[in-house]
Amino acid sequence: MRRDGPAIEAEGLHKRYGDVVALDGVDLAVPAGTVCAVLGVNGAGKSTLVRILTTLLRADAGTARVAGYDVRRQADRARAHLGLVGQHAAVDEILGGRQNLVLFGRLHHLSPARAAARADELLDRFDLRAAADRPVATWSGGMRRRLDLAAALIVDPPVLFLDEPTTGLDPRARSDVWDAVRDLVDTGATVLLTTQYLEEADRLADTVRVLDHGRVTAAGTPEELKSTLGGDRVDVVLHHPDDLTPAAAAITAATGAVPTVDRAALRLSVPVTDRVAALAAVLRAVDAAGLRAGDVAVRRPTLDEVFLHLTDSRTEVPA
Amino acid sequence: MTALPLSRARWAAADTATLTRRTLAHWARRPGEVLVGLLFPVLLLLMFGYLFGGAMALPDGADYREFLLPGMVAMTMLFGVETTYTAVAVDTARGVTDRFRSLPMSRAAVVTGRALADLLHSAAALAVVLGCGVLVGWQPHRGPLRALAAVALLLLLRFAMIWLGVYLALLLRRPETVAALQILVWPLGFASNAFVAPATMPGWLAALAAWNPLSATVAAARDLFGNPGWGAGSWPAEHAVALAVAWPLLLVAVFLPLSVRRWQRLGR
Repeated sequence: MRRDGPAIEAEGLHKRYGDVVALDGVDLAVPAGTVCAVLGVNGAGKSTLVRILTTLLRADAGTARVAGYDVRRQADRARAHLGLVGQHAAVDEILGGRQNLVLFGRLHHLSPARAAARADELLDRFDLRAAADRPVATWSGGMRRRLDLAAALIVDPPVLFLDEPTTGLDPRARSDVWDAVRDLVDTGATVLLTTQYLEEADRLADTVRVLDHGRVTAAGTPEELKSTLGGDRVDVVLHHPDDLTPAAAAITAATGAVPTVDRAALRLSVPVTDRVAALAAVLRAVDAAGLRAGDVAVRRPTLDEVFLHLTDSRTEVPA
Repeated sequence: MTALPLSRARWAAADTATLTRRTLAHWARRPGEVLVGLLFPVLLLLMFGYLFGGAMALPDGADYREFLLPGMVAMTMLFGVETTYTAVAVDTARGVTDRFRSLPMSRAAVVTGRALADLLHSAAALAVVLGCGVLVGWQPHRGPLRALAAVALLLLLRFAMIWLGVYLALLLRRPETVAALQILVWPLGFASNAFVAPATMPGWLAALAAWNPLSATVAAARDLFGNPGWGAGSWPAEHAVALAVAWPLLLVAVFLPLSVRRWQRLGR
């Protein structure tokens, strides 16, 4: 790392493709040794951001630095300090896994002996030793993704970019990737990952940026984002669909907040400020309306609720 | 922050060697494919030589297989555009090209490594076809130097096809499109002097065939090998060797800068 300061920095990044604005002024500062999740739906600009930060794409305006190096003016220095795992496993399918890692090691200008030794270390670390000499075309999706990750780690880059690293993976392969990311951060690396999965951001990230139509619409720790929704929520599960509407009206009257309705689960969720008092008030209101609650719980909001709130502020209002 | 020019050149050479070795490793992994690639022109040589050979009347009763071989090998060089296209398009579509671009490696090596490997492959194919040609009665008659000059001109055509292939692959980025490329390349290969005399074709096609870059290389190779040809009679036929140098250089002069521009546009 060239100097102290954020491992990843961006100021005012703009990018458009024809008439489509992909990034509309993105600022970013990721402290060294932390995981930043960039959360957004398809087309929010996540991949464009990663491609600019990894020197693959030139921004129309704005600047970015990785490990202190400007991604345009010092692109080679930046490249020597970053690893990239793209959306598709970018490995040579004809070659074996070991051959792939040696190839990329040589292109990182490691000596032949060092490249071979590093390939073996990484094959062991990602549990790919047994298949190492089989053509990658015969590997499973999860194995390819691990090889892709290994290829990005050849020179132990201080900054790692993962563009939707677990999209299309089964739960087991997903949790393997998560473990690998956590191990990396333990060694002091800085990670920026993009994801559509809120659970992934919640589990891995120190900070989250919500990207929507090329803008950062929210930033903070997962806990901070959750508290932007007004603290805790009270869930009430009812017995009958017909009870949802009168119960929602009763809860609105009692708490002053409109609950969201999950018709399939027969559940109402209402944001509250004082957990205990609100719980009692909600139960009294339901009871006074002559209804019976099947279950009731006080909980922190999920990141899903934060995300929906930020990207689509419509809440279902009971009729 | 750029490295010293000398060390840049050194890394470009090292990275080129690394990527050439990558393609050699592909061949080791898929020897069958390589073998088919090497033997396909031999198959064509035998097919045309023995199936059509009897029906083809050449001036002065010359041997058809003597005549056929330079045309066949030149056409193999032309078809090389498909090999280059497929390799570059697969890398680009699969994200391997992006991985290269995210590495602190030489940009130029991505293409020079490809070019070197493709030239090696074509040189091997050339050696196999010429060797098989000797077995069925072909031989160069004007000495080893002129024969080598003919081989050099054939490889020059292949070199030009590398840049056409790289440009098209970076433009289209779809490996499947190679089928369309094949459909376009075949008529270009046959609308030439490789198999029949342009003089026997309708006027517009004859002009196309006479000026076809492939025809220049074929006529020049026949001349330098001392194999029978269609004789002179048109300006391009009389200046075949000069055109066999000029055409590929012109193609390189057009498609190399276009490829570089396409490469840069990957980042825009």
